[in-house]
Amino acid sequence: MIADLEPQAENTTAENGETITVCFEHVSKRFNAVVALSDVSLAIRRGEFMTLLGPSGCGKTTLLNLVAGFFSPDDGRILIGRQLVNDLPTYKREIGMMFQNYALFPHMTVMSNIAYGLKTRHLPTREIARRVADVLALVKLVGLEDRKPRQLSGGQQQRVALARALVINPKVLLLDEPFSALDKHLRASMQMELRDIQRKLGVTTIFVTHDQSEALSLSDRIAVMSEGCIRQVGRPDDIYTNPCERFVASFVGDANVLRGRLVSMNRTQATVALGAVQILVQSEPLLGIAISAPVDVFIRPEQLRFTEANEPCASKGTIVSQVYQGGHVDLYVECKDSPRSRLLVRLSEPRASICWAIGAQVGIALNTNEAIAFPIV
Amino acid sequence: MPRSRMQRLLGIGGTLIVLAILSFLLLPVLVVTMAAFNDKALLSFPPQSLSLRWFINAVAYQDFRTGFQNGLVVAPWSASIALVVGAAFALAIDRYRFRFKRLLEGALISPLFVPHFTVGLGFLMLAVQVTLVNTYVVVIVCHVVLVLPFVLRSVYVSLRNFDRRLELAAASLGAPPQRVLITVTLPLLLPGLVSGWLFAAILSFNEFTASLFVTGQRTQTLPVAMYNYVREYADPSMAALSVMYIVGIAILLTIANAFLGLGKVLNVEHDR
Repeated sequence: MIADLEPQAENTTAENGETITVCFEHVSKRFNAVVALSDVSLAIRRGEFMTLLGPSGCGKTTLLNLVAGFFSPDDGRILIGRQLVNDLPTYKREIGMMFQNYALFPHMTVMSNIAYGLKTRHLPTREIARRVADVLALVKLVGLEDRKPRQLSGGQQQRVALARALVINPKVLLLDEPFSALDKHLRASMQMELRDIQRKLGVTTIFVTHDQSEALSLSDRIAVMSEGCIRQVGRPDDIYTNPCERFVASFVGDANVLRGRLVSMNRTQATVALGAVQILVQSEPLLGIAISAPVDVFIRPEQLRFTEANEPCASKGTIVSQVYQGGHVDLYVECKDSPRSRLLVRLSEPRASICWAIGAQVGIALNTNEAIAFPIV
Repeated sequence: MPRSRMQRLLGIGGTLIVLAILSFLLLPVLVVTMAAFNDKALLSFPPQSLSLRWFINAVAYQDFRTGFQNGLVVAPWSASIALVVGAAFALAIDRYRFRFKRLLEGALISPLFVPHFTVGLGFLMLAVQVTLVNTYVVVIVCHVVLVLPFVLRSVYVSLRNFDRRLELAAASLGAPPQRVLITVTLPLLLPGLVSGWLFAAILSFNEFTASLFVTGQRTQTLPVAMYNYVREYADPSMAALSVMYIVGIAILLTIANAFLGLGKVLNVEHDR
C-alpha cells in the first residue's frame, strides 16, 4: 500500500509543488526499541482537511508531532511548503497547534493567550488588537477577553485554543484529538464549526483522531494508519466503500463479515458465492487464492436486508437483539454459518422494529451485488 | 436507632481526640508565651505578676542582636544558593535520563538522614583545614547542604505538576526557548520556587545543632546565642524571645500564604 502512495507523493512535489503544503517522504521514527513509524509517505494538499485515523499506538500522533517539530525523524524527509524541516526547531515552523488538553496558559487571560503568538512576532500593538478582535469574532468569544482559562467551559477553552492557533495565520493547522474531552452534543456542534472555519480560512489542516465517524464526517481525505504504517489514503466515501485491506474495512464503519466461496476470478473482478447468492468483488485483494477456496466478504450493515418468502438468501439465522436508534433500527442476527457469530442488519424502515421481533427466523439478502472480499485469516 | 447513636458517640469521641492532639501541639507554645510575661526573674509557670520587661531585656541583649543579624545574613544566602543548586538538580532529575540518577537523588536527600551534628562536625573539621573557622562562608555552606533536600523537593514537585505541553504550545506559537522560559515556565514555577526559598530560609534561621559546631563568637546565629544564654541565665528573656520568634515567623508565613494561595489557584489548571 505504501508503493501505491509513492508515485503520487513524488509526482505532486515535482510537478506542482505549490499545491502541496506538507509532505512526508519515507519517514521512519523509533523510540528506543519501539517502531512508531516505518517508511511513511504522504502528501497533504494546500487547504486540505487531512485526517490521520487509527487506533491508539498506530503512530498518528507521532506523525503530527513530527510536523510540529517536537522531535526529528530517524529517516526520510519532511517538507512544509518547499522547505525541508527535518531539523528546523518548532518555533521557526509557522504552525498552529491545538492540543488534546488545549494547553492554554493558565496564568494569562484569553486575550493574552491569543495574542501570545503575535507578540512573539513583535507585531505593532494596533495590529495585534485588530487581529485578536477578528479571531475572537470568528470563534464567537467576544466579551470573554479578560477571563482566565479556568473560568471558561470546555467548549470555550477549545475556542480559545483554536483562536490562538489560527491568529498567527499558520501554514498548517495541527489538531490533536481536540474533541475527545467534550460531551457528545457539544462535540457535534464544535465539529461543524471547526469545519466551517477551516473552509472559510482555507487553512491546510492535519487532524488526528481514533474516532472513525468523526474522520468520515469532517475530512477531505483520510489516511488510515495502523502499526506505524499508512494503510490507505482516500476520500471518506472511498475509504468507506472501497477499503483496500481487512484492517481498513473493519476499522472504518461497522462491517459484517460473511464467509463465502470463490467461484471465478479474472484480472479485475471475482465472483463469490454467499449461500444461495452470488456477488461481484474486486479481484485485487484475492490474487493468488485458489478457486472454490473460502474468502471473507465484508458488507456494511445498511447493505443487508431480510428476505421475502422463497427468495434465495446469503445466510440464515435468528434475530437475537434489537436496538432502536430513532432514524434506524439495528438488528443483530446470530448465524450458524458465519465466522463472526453475529451479523448487524441496519434497517431504516419506520416499522422495522415491529416487523422483525427478537427470536424470528430470518433469511439474509444483500441490497447490492458488489462488495469487498479478503482472504481468510 | 442504635446505629445513629453509635455514630454520634464516634463523632463526639473524634472531636475530643482532635482537640486533645491540637492542645498537645500548642501547649508548649502556650506555656512559653505565658512565662514570657512573668515579672519574676524565674522561668516559672504559671506567672504571678505580669510585665513586658523581659521583652525589652531580650531585644537589648547584644548577643541576641548579633545572632539575629547573623541569621539575616546566613539564611537568605543559604536559601538562595540552595535554590539555585536545588532547582538545577531538580530540573536534571525531572527532565533527563542518565546513569546514576538514583544515586544522585539519594546523595541529594542524604542530609535528611545524616544527623545534623555529623554534618556540623564535618564542616568544622574541613573549615579548620582551609582556615575558614569563624567565617560566614562555612556557616552558609553547611546550611546550604542541610536545606538542599527541602528545596529540591519543593522545586521537583512543582516541575512534576508543570504541564510540558504548555512549553510546546508556546514553541508552536513561535517563541524561542528563552522566551518560553521567561513567559511560561518561570511564571508558572514561581510559587514553587518562592515557597522552596522561604522554607529553606526559615530552616536555616532556626538551625541549631550543626550551627553550634560551625559558628564562632563572631558568626553565632540566634539559636546558638539562645543556647549560650540559657546555660548562664534562667530568666524569662528566653521565653520572650521565643514569643517574638513565633510571631515573626507567623507573620512571614501569612504573607507567604497569600502569595502561595494564589499559586495554588494557578496550578489548578494542571490537575485535569
